[in-house]
Formats: sequence, structure tokens, C-alpha cells
Amino acid sequence: MLDCTPREITQRSGGLINPAKTCQPIGAMYASLGIHGCLPHSHGSQGCCAYHRAHLTRHFREPVMASSSSFTEGASVFGGASNMKTAIANVFHIYNPDVMAIHTTCLSETIGDDVATIVKTADIPEGKVVIHANTPSYQGSHITGFSNMTRAMVHYLAESSEGKKKNQINIIPGFVNPGDMREIKRIAGLMGAPSIMFPDTSGVMDAPITGHFSMYPQGGTTVKQLKDTGNSSLTLALGSYASADAAYLLEKKCRVPSLVLRTPIGIKATDEFLMAMRQHCMQEVPYELELERGQLVDIMTDTHYHYHGKKAAIFGDPDIVMALTEFVLSLGMKPVHVLTGTPDSTIGGPQGSFEKEVKGMLQQADVQGQVKAGGDLFTLHQWIKNEAVDVLIGSSYGKYIARAEDIPLVRVGFPVLDRAVHSYLPIVGYKGAMRLLEMIDNALLDRIERDCADEDMELVM
Amino acid sequence: MTQSNKSLIKERKKSIQTKGRQASPIQCEANSVAGCVSQRACVYCGARVVLNPITDAVHLVHGPIGCASYTWDIRGSLSSNADLYRYSFSTDLREEDIIFGGEKKLAKCIDELVQRYHPPLLLVYSTCIVGVIGDDLEAVCKTASSRYGIDIIPVQSAGFSGNKSDGYRVACEVLLRMIASPEGVEKNDYCLNYLGDFNLAGEAWIISNYLKEIGVQVNVAFTGDSTYDTLRTAPTASLNIVQCAGSMGYMGKRMEEIYGIPCMNISFLGLEDSADSLRRISSFFDNHYISARTESLIERELELYAPVVEHFRSYLEGKKAAIYVGGGFKAISLIKQFRELGMEVVMIGTQTGREEEYHTIHQMVEDGTVVLDDANPSELERFMLEQGADLLVGGVKERPLAFKLGISFIDHNHERKHPLSGFTGAANFAREVYSTVCSPVWRYLDARGIED
Repeated sequence: MLDCTPREITQRSGGLINPAKTCQPIGAMYASLGIHGCLPHSHGSQGCCAYHRAHLTRHFREPVMASSSSFTEGASVFGGASNMKTAIANVFHIYNPDVMAIHTTCLSETIGDDVATIVKTADIPEGKVVIHANTPSYQGSHITGFSNMTRAMVHYLAESSEGKKKNQINIIPGFVNPGDMREIKRIAGLMGAPSIMFPDTSGVMDAPITGHFSMYPQGGTTVKQLKDTGNSSLTLALGSYASADAAYLLEKKCRVPSLVLRTPIGIKATDEFLMAMRQHCMQEVPYELELERGQLVDIMTDTHYHYHGKKAAIFGDPDIVMALTEFVLSLGMKPVHVLTGTPDSTIGGPQGSFEKEVKGMLQQADVQGQVKAGGDLFTLHQWIKNEAVDVLIGSSYGKYIARAEDIPLVRVGFPVLDRAVHSYLPIVGYKGAMRLLEMIDNALLDRIERDCADEDMELVM
Repeated sequence: MTQSNKSLIKERKKSIQTKGRQASPIQCEANSVAGCVSQRACVYCGARVVLNPITDAVHLVHGPIGCASYTWDIRGSLSSNADLYRYSFSTDLREEDIIFGGEKKLAKCIDELVQRYHPPLLLVYSTCIVGVIGDDLEAVCKTASSRYGIDIIPVQSAGFSGNKSDGYRVACEVLLRMIASPEGVEKNDYCLNYLGDFNLAGEAWIISNYLKEIGVQVNVAFTGDSTYDTLRTAPTASLNIVQCAGSMGYMGKRMEEIYGIPCMNISFLGLEDSADSLRRISSFFDNHYISARTESLIERELELYAPVVEHFRSYLEGKKAAIYVGGGFKAISLIKQFRELGMEVVMIGTQTGREEEYHTIHQMVEDGTVVLDDANPSELERFMLEQGADLLVGGVKERPLAFKLGISFIDHNHERKHPLSGFTGAANFAREVYSTVCSPVWRYLDARGIED
């Protein structure tokens, strides 16, 4: 059952089977939710908006509010300008957000709506803000969409108002869970670095239950903070695919120097994140973080024989997968199949180096493995059929492969549709690495116990 | 609560009514207002949900990746055999395809998929962008179809070309085209098609078993657990029964016109409707054996499950329910089902209900009940709170909204985990309502727990 993937690999000339990516607009919608008091707006047909909201809702188990231009046949022939203007008026009249963040769709891009001009000439109420990002679904992936909307925040809002830069850093977290964003902020706080994180979905997509529905929960980066990003003295872009473009624009627009780092997943990437902050703030790493690092290394040494030499297949979004690959290599595991659905090069998007970087890591660790950007899970499944692995690390969509090949799946990344709590608990930082390690280790040990003979069942492992 | 909740968009006022206060009919079947946070979807979505359960077909989505991603195995339609429908196939249109057209890429994808899977049926779904760049799906499919000798059918479901209901219509046209046979068909007595059941959580199987027991064969369900071959036998049935009239009412009507198959709306939601539907099917066939078997089945099932429903009713009596579902027919059945549980429906709405369905709803509910079409989350929030609802029945997007308000919730959509059809389904429904309404988790909602 559920195995329609042949082992034999044949040339395919296009199209995807079981995608490992989705389209730009959903990434833009998620990024927009990281602005305080923001209503994301989808400029296209109703279905796009409904699908994105439903998909995000399944992953975060939170209400996701977003409006749509509700394109009909007429709008598609004559252009969506009038729908957009009606939408802007209705959104502020009825939903009253601080910010309306518009993203386009393949439909509005193809019919050629000039959203920038429509926004410029629209009647926007005093004190309200409208920003937009072009997010054609036929370029890049949801990560590109996230990147483009984050860039739009800089484009529309960042200002360099004061002569001297402030002793504050901007942190662009990338497409990660609100729990990760919270953790990154906690770490920055411990480092004593005044910071602005954008976008920041913590407090929005992990808001507590109160008995009231709040369309605009307490979290999110405020417009004031977004303006102030131009006065910071450094931008740390975590993840080259999701975060670098906004940082580069900030550098160009407001002369804020930028540093592109790996998403701080695993010990090495977290070290680098801390070092970057230490260098900038001229501040020593506090004992609390040293303690966490020491505990993590302690756990790694305590358990290394559980996973050393085990083979892993990793798939998902490029920034996350690159960091995960680095982490499992640091554990002595062999990531023999590494794949992202996001293409390496995108017209109008960041030029990535996923394949080059991952291949470099594998080469350095002397691991023979297959690496692909712009791939799909059909390909990954074929790879696994040809070279089996001990564990599969990726989104819920990995469960079909896991079942067909009878291998454990460790759910990491987006989307996770069949488990809960993942969006609250971080995988970044030293604490996050401990959690990841626990998940991977338990998956391997549970499997041994499930499969072993009675006489081999041991109490102590 | 946000300040905006007090005001309603002017254009929306005609789509919201309180029974006993307005005389004019509700505005429905209209396009949503631009700028609304609507819970509605598109033509593609409607067509896809109806056709997706055909288990041995390749469902190829022609467009950029999103439309295929978001519909990949999200609907819990169970299969007894093939599972090709649970794979996600997309032409993944890129920039260059938008500029130069996507026909070549589509043709290549079809070639490779047919050669790999040899499916009896390949459906090519059009998405918004294909409608704009003007790929000739019909021509590409026709060429491939004659080359491979299988049905390769375009589904003209460009998202913007209407709403979800229009998508149902598109799907029905595809199905009609697929089952069309040039020769005259011989009818099978005591054999029916079961329209508008997508075998969520195995529901179509439950109903098939009931019918088998009373001596009536289900020829094929449209489209739950169906295959190309079984669907093609549809014209031989002597009756069509329709569960989800919103999606399949049109199909029933057309098959009546083309094949002379009479069509009956039934509902297997709730004890009352299940028994009533079986009796109506039985009386259609007008056979002593069948009606005797029907009565004994109903008696046995009621003996089994009525006490279960009664048991949960004792906990639920007097609670208030809000309903927000896709179609009008389900909404009507749910009103009756809540009555069986002693619960009053205080708010009811649909995404795509039709005028006559709203008329029926209006007659069934008590004075003071709010009826609304194509509601947005603010409206749902406002009326659930004003009406004091204890429970919301809805789909994926409504679930966390209800939870945030401290209101319990039932998924009566794709993500139901237990069958809700038939007598056993009525018992499951009662159990689900009980387990959410009476869960202890709601007790901790009160923040005063830690402030004391």
C-alpha cells in the first residue's frame, strides 16, 4: 500500500511528483503574520487565500486571518485594480488592521496588475500602512515568498533617520516556528544585544487562549520597530534563502551592515550565531548559555554511540536542511540523501547555493551522498529505495516514504500536519539541539526495541 | 474583542438574517466581497474534492506547484484497493512556461505518467494561470488520449471562473463525459448509484453494507472509493440516490435526463434521516423482501445505537450548537441530528448553500436563530458569542477560531476521523459532540485559576 514509486530511476523531463515545496504566496502570508496588527491580503482568486489559511492552520493549529481580492472572470480580463481598491477600503473599514500586507498570486502576476502603482494611488486611511510583495507562484517556492515579503518590509518601512547607528541589531529569523523565534530572542537577550526581530510570529501564531478571539494578537514586529531597523548597526540574516535578501536591501537602503548566517540549528550554527553577537556587542557569552552548551555537549557524548554511523535522509526547506545536515554530521551520522524542493536559482529571487554547500559539508566529513535542490519526494523515495537509511528527517509528507520503507520519521520543518506542539518548542539554539537530539535518538532506539527479539530487549540502553 | 466586530460590511447585511426578524429571502449564491476574510474556496477546489476520490486515476494538476501541494491527500477518502490518487502530480509551471506556454510540458508529463503508471484515467486540472495563458488543454488531452487509448480528460477548473459550487458542476461534467457510452445500456434491477459520498472515514462502505443487507446493490459511489471501471457502469443502475446534493444534485439531474435514471435525495446523517432514507429507497423498489429486510435492519440498528445517542443526550440536552459547513444539505441534516441530541441550533450558515436550501433551513430553525451565507470569521465570532453557542460544527479554518473562544468543535469536513454516516455514524457523532462539549479542558480556560 501507498507505494507507487518504482525503484528504478528514469529521466523525467518536468513536473513534480509529491512536491517538497509549495508556492510563494503562503510564505508571504506567514511572513506578514509576523508584523503586529497586520492583515495579510491575497491578490488573486479566493481559493489561494483559503488554501493558504487552511494549510497554515493545520501546521500551527491557530486561526489564520487573511483577506482576498476575490477575483472573478471580470477581474481576470480587465485587471484586478478595482478589486484591489475595493479590498483596501473594505479591509480598513471592517477589519481595521495597522498594516495591510498584500502579496500577489500567479493569476494577478500573469494578468500584469501593477500593485505598486495601485497601492500608491489607493485611498489609505491616515496612520495606516499598506505594503506589498510580488510573489508569483511560478518562481521559487514558499521560502522565496517569505523572503520577498520580508524584503518588502524593508523596502516600504525601514528608515535611516539618525546620523549615528544605534547599538542594536536586526535579526531576521527566516521561515521557522514561533517557538524558534522566541528562543532566538531569548538568546539575543541573554547576550545583552538589544535587537529587533522581523518578521516575528511569536505571540501571533502561538498566542494563548483567552476566551476571546483577537484578530491581531499581541505579538509581531511593530511598524515603529520596522522603521527603526534602518538605524541598527548590524543585521543578522539567519538562513540565506529566507533572510538574506531583506538584509542586503537594508544594507543598500540604510547602510546597515549585514551578516548572513546559517539558521542556528545544531551546535556549530548556534556557536556562530553567538560569536556574531559577541563580536558586535563586545560582550562575553553569559554563563547561562555556556551552561546550555556544556549540557548539550554532555548529552552528545553520553549518547553518541546510539547514532554514530547511522544513515539519515533529510528533506525540507533549504535553510533548515543545510543546518540539520551540519548538525547530524556533528553527531557522527551520515546524511546520505539531502534534498530541498526549493530550486537553487530563482528568477527574481535569491541565488542559492544549497547543492554546493551541502556537497561541501559531506565531502569534508567524507560521506558519500546525494544532494538535490528543486527536487521532489518521488526522487527522495527512489534514492532511499536504492540506498536505505535508518531515519528520515523532514515534514509530515515524509510519512508515506517512512511507511512504505518502514523507517522512522522525525518530524521537523514545515508543514507538520499530523502532530502537535512542534510550533511551540524550539529546535534552534543549544536547547533546541537537545530537543532535536532527543527526537532523533528516541526514534532510533524505539525502532531497535520494536524490532528486536525478546532475548535482545534490554532495560538499559 | 476587536472593535471591528460591531460593524458589518454593508454588502454583507443581506446575507445575514435572524429568524423572525426579516421577511426578505437571504442573499446567497453571490460572489464574495473583495477584501473579505471569506471561508470560501475556488472552482479548482470544488472540482478537485469531487474527483479526487477516484482511486486509480492520475490526478495531474496543470499549474504552478501550490494548487497540487494544498490538495495532496488532504481529504480522508478511503480506498479499498488502488492508491494512486494519494500521490500528488503537478506540471510545476515555471516562469518560462508562463511566457512560452505550458502545453509542451504538459504533454511530456502526461507521456511519462502514462508510461510509468498505465492508469485507466488521467485527469488534467486547469488552474487560474492556465485559464489566462490560454493552453489548449482539450487539444493536448485529445492527442494523448488517442495515442494511449485511455481517457485523458481536461478538468476546466480555472480558480477565478466562479466559486466552489461551479467547481462541483465542472466535476460533474467530467464524470458525465467519462461514463458516456454510445450504445444503449441495459438496466440492472435493484441496483443503484450512490451520489455525493466521498467515503470519508469509510462512510460509503457503511451505507453500501446497509443496502446490500436489504437486497439492493450499490453499483458505484460517486466518487468515494470509485475506480474508472466502476464509474463507467453508472448508466446501468436503476436509481440514483444523492447524499451531498450541493456537489452531486446536478449529476443526478443530468443522469435522469440522459439515462432516465430516477433520482432521490437522501441523507444518512442521524438516526432519523438514516431510517427514513432506507425506507424511501426500499419503497422505491417496492418489493416485500426488501421492505421486510429494511425494517429488520432499522430495528436492529436502532436497538444498537439509539441507546448510545440517548446516553449522550443526557449530557448534552439544552446545549446550543452553531453550524458553519460547506453545503446547505448537510446543514439541514445537522439541524435534525442536533434535535436527536436535545440541542438547539442557534447559528447556522454555509459557504455555498442555495436559496431553496436556505428556505428549508429557515423553516426548521427556531425564532432568533441567526442564518448567514459565506460568513467571515468576525461574523462567526460575533454570532457564536451573542447566541451563546457551546459547540461549532465546521471545517479546518473554523476549528482554532472556536477553540480560541473556548467553544468546543466538531469537524464535519475532510478531517473527520470517525464515520458520521448511518446509525453507527450517528452514535459516533453523539460521542464526538459529547467528548468535545464535556471535555475537562474547558475548565482551565478561566485565567482566574492562577490569579486566586
